[in-house]
Amino acid sequence: MPDSLNYLTLSEASDLLRGREASSVDLTRAAFERINALDDRIHAFLRLTDEIALEQALAADERIARGEAGPLTGIPAAIKDVIVTKGVETTCGSRILKGFVPPYDAQVMERLHEAGVVMLGKTNMDEFAMGSSGENSAFGPTANPWALDRVPGGSSSGSAAAVASGMAYYALGSDTGGSIRQPASLSGVVGLKPTYGRVSRYGLVAFASSLDQIGPFARSVRDAALVFEAIAGHDARDSTSAPVEVPDISAALASADLKGLRVGVPMEYFVEGMDDAVRQAVTGAINQLASLGAEVDWEVSLPSTGHALAVYYIIAPSEASANLARYDGVKYGYAYTEGKTMWEDMEKTRQHGFGDEVKRRIMLGTYALSAGYYDAYYLKAQKVRTLIRLEFDAAFEKYDVLVAPVSPTPAFRIGEKTGDPLQMYLSDVCTLPVNIAGLPGISLPCGFATAEDGARLPIGLQMITKPFDEATLFRAAYAYEQSTSWYRERPSV
Amino acid sequence: MTTTAVRYETVIGLEVHAQLLTESKMFCACPSPSMHSSPNSTVCPVCLGMPGVLPVINRRAVELTIMTGLALNCRIPGEAKFDRKNYHYPDLMKGYQISQYDLPLCRDGWLDIDIEGKTQRIGITRVHLEEDTARSQHMTTQVGESYSLIDVNRSGLPLMEIVSEPDLRSAEEARAYLTKLRQVLRYVGASRANMEQGNMRCEPNVSIRPLGESSFGAKVELKNINSLRHAYDAIKFEVGRQTKVIESGGRIVQETRGWREDIKQSVAQRSKEFADDYRYFPEPDLPIMMVERAWVDEIRSRMPELPNVRQRRFSERYGLSEYDARVLTESRSRADFFEATVALVTGEKGPRAKSVANWLNGDFARLLNADGVEIQDSCVKPAALAELLDLVDSGAISGTTAKDVFGEMFKTGRLPAEIVKESNLSRLDSSDEILDATARVIEESPKAVADYKSGKETAIKFLVGQVMRETKGRASPDIVLKHLREKLG
Repeated sequence: MPDSLNYLTLSEASDLLRGREASSVDLTRAAFERINALDDRIHAFLRLTDEIALEQALAADERIARGEAGPLTGIPAAIKDVIVTKGVETTCGSRILKGFVPPYDAQVMERLHEAGVVMLGKTNMDEFAMGSSGENSAFGPTANPWALDRVPGGSSSGSAAAVASGMAYYALGSDTGGSIRQPASLSGVVGLKPTYGRVSRYGLVAFASSLDQIGPFARSVRDAALVFEAIAGHDARDSTSAPVEVPDISAALASADLKGLRVGVPMEYFVEGMDDAVRQAVTGAINQLASLGAEVDWEVSLPSTGHALAVYYIIAPSEASANLARYDGVKYGYAYTEGKTMWEDMEKTRQHGFGDEVKRRIMLGTYALSAGYYDAYYLKAQKVRTLIRLEFDAAFEKYDVLVAPVSPTPAFRIGEKTGDPLQMYLSDVCTLPVNIAGLPGISLPCGFATAEDGARLPIGLQMITKPFDEATLFRAAYAYEQSTSWYRERPSV
Repeated sequence: MTTTAVRYETVIGLEVHAQLLTESKMFCACPSPSMHSSPNSTVCPVCLGMPGVLPVINRRAVELTIMTGLALNCRIPGEAKFDRKNYHYPDLMKGYQISQYDLPLCRDGWLDIDIEGKTQRIGITRVHLEEDTARSQHMTTQVGESYSLIDVNRSGLPLMEIVSEPDLRSAEEARAYLTKLRQVLRYVGASRANMEQGNMRCEPNVSIRPLGESSFGAKVELKNINSLRHAYDAIKFEVGRQTKVIESGGRIVQETRGWREDIKQSVAQRSKEFADDYRYFPEPDLPIMMVERAWVDEIRSRMPELPNVRQRRFSERYGLSEYDARVLTESRSRADFFEATVALVTGEKGPRAKSVANWLNGDFARLLNADGVEIQDSCVKPAALAELLDLVDSGAISGTTAKDVFGEMFKTGRLPAEIVKESNLSRLDSSDEILDATARVIEESPKAVADYKSGKETAIKFLVGQVMRETKGRASPDIVLKHLREKLG
């Protein structure tokens, strides 16, 4: 058994289990030791499920002993608190869901249970997945394991930090406008947003239904692919889930050679104000792809990209304004009960139960859908959304993979952008278009920036393919990753 | 110069909601609750609107809606979609209702109603599908504190909304429309369409305008209508109220008014001067429905014969009167019962059909009404009624006996031949018994005998009746008469 189990990749840990060099109980104990030692400072978890985890670990060890284990059997994982877990409180980082214990499991949880998951706990997040830093959690921010005074990105802040700091081998997150890829980039791990419709949203608490998608965080491309295979596939309970075969990913991870791969670099993603270190790291990574045999076109144009932010901030809040209407204190979670009337109770529940950013977006969406404004905002946004899709469709006629930055900057300081929502929204400018078009996208480590205080801050590279072509995405990502050592770097926390 | 009093015309449009007869709910697998389900017993995370749940369309509900649309002569567009209708209320589990806004399943149809012997065509604007809400029950404790209970059983039941054009001109027409619509809904098997039970609800939009005017007056939406009679009374009242307001120089306020059955008046609920903003937008959790022609054709091929067509066919094929044909086709189950019975009786169909119709519209209908039972739930089946008619036809029992036998069948569900055999009710064939009874009656009724002998012809009818009584109706009146005349000379 190695000295430290915490920083193994999922695949390495899985090999240990199957080689009987360590047990799932060993991995689980080590994970909780790490969490107990660190999480006061990082705050990746909102709640730990140690009893459940140990039971699952014991069951996994028996399953391994019977020779019935899969690659995820017995591997400790962290689950974003936006994913519904039967019998385990699920708050979405919001006061309004405090005390809500779901009577059912999300589809992805059913799939992970079948795969033999060990659930460590539920991770911190921006309230209802609205945010890019983790600071909108009603239960306090999460720290970036690389620099504790900085954000890990968001909204899947806790999931990214848990994987980056060696607490969990993988984690589930959700990505509506970049909420997996951006924190993966800022925290130095691999994060995948699958194609819209690839993973069932049944049991994913909705933020923006036409954009939300569940995906994994992991410490390598191979690990992310293994989790993807476990959770992907059609689900009859989600009518937007696609009845499309999930490809065999292992074939995509067989070769480190990118000969013949057509790579496009959309110019619009290199936005004004982009950090130099990010530009250099991403440029370097693209050169690396070329040296692996890819044919790179540096001058691809997706002219509608600039409208993506506006489109997103109409569509997402509009859908959210309806999705969040059910939280009124009548059925579950927090309830204000001191009002003189039923209406006052419902209003005050929402007033006290939601944080500022959530209220801001509910108001934005309510406004955009109002009579007299619908055509000018929502309908127009849907039309531009179609344009953005068409541009991507055309680009994928010529390119297999589009490569771009994930975030214009590395991790910023906690509190740095909280006073300026627009500045915060710009963090997702490179990731939003992918959600708008429903495409798969991955973020993987491609270098570091050095902050003025000397902190080493991870930088992510984004790869995007056409819908349901995760196999190509993994192929390109894996080949790049294996030709570098960035993914082997660990924070010193 | 003379002034003529302005005459007003009533304009009514009806929004009717009907719960669909599906086994499961609109967007989840929960069984549709029965009247006896205890509160909150047929619920799941989906119809409770819990965080993270998603809707899945009930195909049967879509079929029933399309079938209704076809019965109402609607166009079925190739694309339909669901939208979210946003509003807050504690019995609306998700804070929005999944409904249909601009692409309903059915549009531009019509329904013919009969009013004072004339056929009137009422336009159907659209038929769309949505989900029902939970049910609130407002309670008061003994010390006067009020509270509300919510039963989620109803939440997520498929609900069809049928919107008429403002083509109705009186409470009578509205009633005829509702009656006809209810009949159609029941015929196609879309809904129980029972207003008292709440599985059919209607909201009339009522306005008045000077006769000859083409623009509409401010409309009032009437709510809380729980029966056909409420609908009629409420519209009558509302038309009178609006007329009075206008004639006294007032103005009609666009508003929602609730019908109060206790005081027989509509009372203002809320002003609608500013239209509600439901912020409709396409339901992102459901893809657009592609309604293929082949599917619509297939649904059409499964449509039952509709009441108007069936009524016409009954008249023509069975030679029934317009009245008989209409009453028989009022409900599909009665019409089915009729045809099943006619098919089973032996002998010539024509005269038999008439007697089956007489039974169904006579004794049978009376007994069903008295017990409040629907014909399909009665223990009398077509085969039994056919058997009874055969017994009468072959002369085995008399018409009077048949009525008694039917009463017994209706009560116990036993077969007529069995009842006749057991109670010794078969028609008296031997003349001995009739002769004995005749002799007894003549002896006991000297006055009637004297009257008859003195030329009072009607007295013999009394004597026949007496003999029939003596023989418990098992004798043939013709034979009795013959015997009496012979005896009395």
